[in-house]
Amino acid sequence: MEKKGRQRIRHIMKWNWQYYVMLLPFLIYYLVFKYGPMYGVLIAFKDYNIPKGILGSPWAEPVWKHFEYFFESPYAARIIGNTLKISFYKIAFGMIPPIILAIMINECKNKWFRKAIQTASYLPHFLSWVIIYGIMTAFFSQTSGLINRWLTQWGLSSYPFLTDPTHFQAMIVGTDLWKGLGWSAIIYLAAIAGIDTTLYEAAIIDGCSKLKRIWYITLPLLKGTFILQLILRAGSIMNAGFDQIYVIASDQVLGVAEILDTWVFKEGIQRMNYSLASAVGLLKSVIGLVLVLGTNKLARKWDEGLW
Amino acid sequence: MVKKWKSDKAVDICNYVILSVILVICVFPLLYVISVSLTPITEVHKNGGFLVIPRAITLDAYKTIIDQRMLPRAMGITAYITILGTVINIVATVIMAYPLSKRKLAGRRFLIPFIIFPMLFSGGTIPTYLLIKNLNMIGTYWALMIPGAVYTYNLLVVKAFFENLPEELFESARIDGANEFYVLWKIVVPLSKPVIMTMVLFYAVGHWETYFDSIMYLPDQNMQTLQVVLRRMLTPNTEMNADITIPTMTLQMAMVVFTTLPIIVIYPFIQKYFTKGIMLGAVKG
Repeated sequence: MEKKGRQRIRHIMKWNWQYYVMLLPFLIYYLVFKYGPMYGVLIAFKDYNIPKGILGSPWAEPVWKHFEYFFESPYAARIIGNTLKISFYKIAFGMIPPIILAIMINECKNKWFRKAIQTASYLPHFLSWVIIYGIMTAFFSQTSGLINRWLTQWGLSSYPFLTDPTHFQAMIVGTDLWKGLGWSAIIYLAAIAGIDTTLYEAAIIDGCSKLKRIWYITLPLLKGTFILQLILRAGSIMNAGFDQIYVIASDQVLGVAEILDTWVFKEGIQRMNYSLASAVGLLKSVIGLVLVLGTNKLARKWDEGLW
Repeated sequence: MVKKWKSDKAVDICNYVILSVILVICVFPLLYVISVSLTPITEVHKNGGFLVIPRAITLDAYKTIIDQRMLPRAMGITAYITILGTVINIVATVIMAYPLSKRKLAGRRFLIPFIIFPMLFSGGTIPTYLLIKNLNMIGTYWALMIPGAVYTYNLLVVKAFFENLPEELFESARIDGANEFYVLWKIVVPLSKPVIMTMVLFYAVGHWETYFDSIMYLPDQNMQTLQVVLRRMLTPNTEMNADITIPTMTLQMAMVVFTTLPIIVIYPFIQKYFTKGIMLGAVKG
């Protein structure tokens, strides 16, 4: 019996050492590049200065000094507000259209057309925000944009779409929807493809029209996927989209465009207030962690756990 | 028996109409950008602006871009980062995913949470920046390739794919004395073409569009990657407006098209792989 056990261990080790040879460099990589910054986050509680390093720098007095400073600053409420608002709008306006598109693509029986709409609607996902910014100037530029040319042709006055703060957040949400619409539909297409076709056949025999079949069969069966997506999005509500906003926002709209990520970047990298920027970044990470764990717990209630 | 509903036909027609509108919304902006990039200045003066379909076209803007060499140079740099970076990504992701996909791997219970945790909580931008700085990687292209070598989400997708390959496939090779590296390279990788191609696409597009890492880690303007250079040129009054025979907007849109071209060219070839790859990620995630 014991001999057999030892043999089994030897058998397991025979393959395991090779696996560990494969893994080892990457475990070190994870330790350095993914866990390293978690150690570095100590500077959020210190008055970091470069020559003294992370350990050598003196502790902040009091340790939560940088957090206090941020919350007492006049811009904290505005930046947090912008972040939450933009994220919320993106969820509110961006979650439903992909479902509708997926159902429509699924109902489209012409193979060629189906292929065309899929190819076309996935494409914007692969365009960078700089490219999309370029496209936006072609349409919305006040001097030579297409929309403003049409407006003036119809006798209306041109409008500064790109530099006007009142509509900036709408532009952000709109372009985000344009970029992600087709791509987000893929997951629903996959879910629809997994639905048992006999359900539809039975419904047809029972005399259900197409709309009824969609309403009573397809939509209820997409609920799980939808809730999972919603929870994933809610978990990353602190990320309003650095690249998009940093690329598109001009100085005129900063009042409504500055989000936590862009502020941390400017405060930390450009103005070199490392400790203050780290404190705000840490705050963001902690709230993000709580949201992900909280929403995942919610997801388990719907039997759709992530891990 | 099976009744064909009249309303079904109406629904189908509506469906095609709305889908056509969506198709136009997705494609028209790109076509318009191409059309602007080809419009000569004479057309702009004649019509008082850009038309959706110009009556005359010119490639002058593209010639200027190539002559000024700034954008082609940035493109060369970015191509280098994309190719080398993607090779590093794929090699790292595949070699790491394989052992993790083995249920008999000792310590797997601790390794998986170790790998997932940084997905949920990160040190943040500034500590990461300081780490790269302390490793003397600022101002080198390694800063754009090494820290992001493995993207955990992609790792989990590849791992899930490997888990679904039946173990019996490898047994005969092992009996013949093959080691695990051989099994991975000769059996697992060829069987995983769809998921690996999807990962190539994801990583490569990520490198091609790198912006944040580029402005953060490359202080030297001459080293900047494509997107950053393009963004600078899209600001009004850039250094490229010296040539008055080409409208600014034409030149800018030519730059946009020039930068997008590689993605547009490669996209159709990889498209057939990625729907498969994503669905896998969607189910397993």
